[in-house]
Amino acid sequence: MEPLEEKQEPNLLIDRRKFFKLLGGGLAVAFVLEDIFALAGESVTPTSALPANQVGAWIHISEDGTISVFTGKVEVGQNIRTSLSQLVAEELHVPLDSIKMIMGDTDLVPYDAGTFGSRSTPQMGTQLRKAAATARQALLDMAAKNWKTDSKTLKTEAGFISDSNGKKISFGQLTQGQQIILPIADQVSLSSSKDWKIAGKTIPKVNGRSFITGSHKYVSDMKLPEMLHGKILRAPSYEAKLVDVDLAAAKAMAGVIVVQEGDFVGVAASTVHLAEKALQSIKAKWEESEQPSRSEIFDYLVKNARNGKKEANADIVQSMASAELKHSAKYNIDYIAHVPLEPRAGLAQWTDGKLTVWTGTQRPFGVKQDLVNALNLPPDKVRVIMPDTGSGYGGKHSAEAALEAARLAKAAKKPVKVVWTRKEEFTWAYFRPAGVIEVNAGFKKDGSINAWKFDNYNSGNAGINTQYRIANQQNSYIPSKTPLKQGSYRGLASTANVFARESHIADMARMVDIDQLEFRLKNTDNDRLKAVLTAAAKSFNWSSKPPAGRGYGIACGFEKGGYVATCAEVEVLANKSVKIIRLTEAFECGAIVNPHHLENQILGGIVQGLGGALFEAIDFEKGKILNPSLSAYRVPRFKDMPKIEMVMLNRTDLPSAGAGEAPIVGVAPAIRNAILDATGTGLTVLPLLPTGKLA
Amino acid sequence: MRLNINGKAHEVAVEAGVDLLSVLRDYLDLTGSKYGCGEGSCGACTVHIDGKPVRSCVIPAASVTRKSITTIEGLEVNGSLHTVQQAFLKADPFQCSYCASGMIMSAAALLKTNPSPSEEEIITAMNGNICRCGTYPNIIKAIQLASANK
Repeated sequence: MEPLEEKQEPNLLIDRRKFFKLLGGGLAVAFVLEDIFALAGESVTPTSALPANQVGAWIHISEDGTISVFTGKVEVGQNIRTSLSQLVAEELHVPLDSIKMIMGDTDLVPYDAGTFGSRSTPQMGTQLRKAAATARQALLDMAAKNWKTDSKTLKTEAGFISDSNGKKISFGQLTQGQQIILPIADQVSLSSSKDWKIAGKTIPKVNGRSFITGSHKYVSDMKLPEMLHGKILRAPSYEAKLVDVDLAAAKAMAGVIVVQEGDFVGVAASTVHLAEKALQSIKAKWEESEQPSRSEIFDYLVKNARNGKKEANADIVQSMASAELKHSAKYNIDYIAHVPLEPRAGLAQWTDGKLTVWTGTQRPFGVKQDLVNALNLPPDKVRVIMPDTGSGYGGKHSAEAALEAARLAKAAKKPVKVVWTRKEEFTWAYFRPAGVIEVNAGFKKDGSINAWKFDNYNSGNAGINTQYRIANQQNSYIPSKTPLKQGSYRGLASTANVFARESHIADMARMVDIDQLEFRLKNTDNDRLKAVLTAAAKSFNWSSKPPAGRGYGIACGFEKGGYVATCAEVEVLANKSVKIIRLTEAFECGAIVNPHHLENQILGGIVQGLGGALFEAIDFEKGKILNPSLSAYRVPRFKDMPKIEMVMLNRTDLPSAGAGEAPIVGVAPAIRNAILDATGTGLTVLPLLPTGKLA
Repeated sequence: MRLNINGKAHEVAVEAGVDLLSVLRDYLDLTGSKYGCGEGSCGACTVHIDGKPVRSCVIPAASVTRKSITTIEGLEVNGSLHTVQQAFLKADPFQCSYCASGMIMSAAALLKTNPSPSEEEIITAMNGNICRCGTYPNIIKAIQLASANK
């Protein structure tokens, strides 16, 4: 299912009059094709679509000096509201607190495909820096014109322009009475990250106070006048068809709205309690169908592979045949759940035929499109707004709760909020794909690798290419039929692919009696990878001998411009239970924008990786989830924390990349390889230790 | 029923059996306490009842009518943040922050009975609170900062 298809918003309107009506006068800098604003019209449509992968953003400097930054990126805890503000403040030379971020509101911000794939920092960050630098140059030019001087003699600082005689004017004063829109100058020169004063520094969450006082309104907290609460009738198992439904009792309840559209049945009432009572009164007959269970899932994925497996090409066959040593293994990866602590929520309101939905999603424009399609509405009749949301981890791309709320609100003629229960979130959202990975390698006694065949059933392509120098390699992703709904996850399939590859590499190193770190360094030419491996090993004290009963493991990978190496120390007790003693992770993603928040992203990746490595797994039987609760599905807690050490390499000479994904990938294989080191047993199934013990 | 919340009496008309968290959130618009699991497993809904940390999602509102209930909204007194909130603001531990209210309420309850807890004691006291973003080590640091402030 990944990568998720992104449709280009066909109707990107920039309405100049509306723009300034909304914002007041001032100076705006937008990413647009050069010729758009050359047209005199009030409302213009780009004649061609925005270039692929290009992101839109704009910055507005108002007459009171407020800097508004409009971006389709959204905040789910990765702290881009803060880091993007830092980048704009840095380039524009304004105080951080003069910046207001307007994020993820489809009526106000330019089209954006979504917040995923670690794109916010490299793409949106760069775009906003260019917009800010363009604005700063324009302000300098305006001041120079006013003062009849050369802009090169002027300087900008903290929202003011001054000349060498101390004459000063604020950005806001300069833009008074103006209505100027400028395109982002693609060639504008940007600050060097070595000279950063605001960016590159640890700055606390810009809206931190609203979270620690409980005053921030997540979608699930929002309330509108006359709002009703919605509940949806759920099928007893996947793919079950609604055969018959008796709504009479629910309809007879005072103050209850009942909606049925095909298999969609929902109710809305003034309290959740009443909505639940109405839902319980509904008698439904379902026709269930045969569904596979977890016990057979790995065979099922291989049997149901679309197109079948690619045969080894002639080079692979030949190099495998002539290899001094061979190693083959099969790795199985369970489905796991994202478990965002805030379950899906949608609040819908219809006003004069226009639908507004507040919902926690990583794809506000994607959700808008889904609503447009499902409800058959013109695009300008749908607005999606995304307040800062209780996390996503790749799990909040879809529109379910938004659509459910919209349907109920339409029938109720009142705003309706739908907040999923934990059980619904576990059952009706989507999962990280399960997968089966077959790896066959041929190598020499000196540790060089001749042949590598890597076949991944179902989990996906991300991270499938090796970082190693291998003469003949063939890496394939073989899509299969999935009994559970699956989709994006932090790092996508790289959690699975890196696990299989790095496990296999550790086994091979062991077979030729070469140290795990040395084997990796020997087989890669990638300097950035070598740097994180070396940094992690140094900080971990890799060259020391593990104490009795303990083992060391290492793993590395790269994803979305981030390079990561993870070292693990485990202890295996006499009763075969395994304790993770410590993890050291080195990470490099170019120039660091906010050290503390980068550390939080790395830490988040490590801890989430720990759950998937050790015990997280979705259990299911015949189309039903067997562990749809936080008491049954175990996620990492305080007591599960090993000692965690993070080493951040700051490459100020490289552009900043994202950090939401790569830091998760090394955790599982590093732990697995430490267990191998301690016991000689190479585990091949994720999660590694569902019972906490080795078999 | 009559509930004493954050030092104020609230009269609410609630059906029998409704949990305290729903009353706080849906009837009184005190939405700082969060729903995370509905079974007392994640701690996002933690409030203080007579000073003790309690999972409000599994407590019937009717059972606490004679008690003193404090929510995250009641920690701030006359616009000044509670010591624990101050420490959390400074330490900036969170990512999405959906767990923040519950973490702060659990931490405040711990420090009230044990002003200088060891790391071990913090972990034991906080283990019922889930941060899915995985910021646990930062939260421990924030609690230590709050404890040093005392």
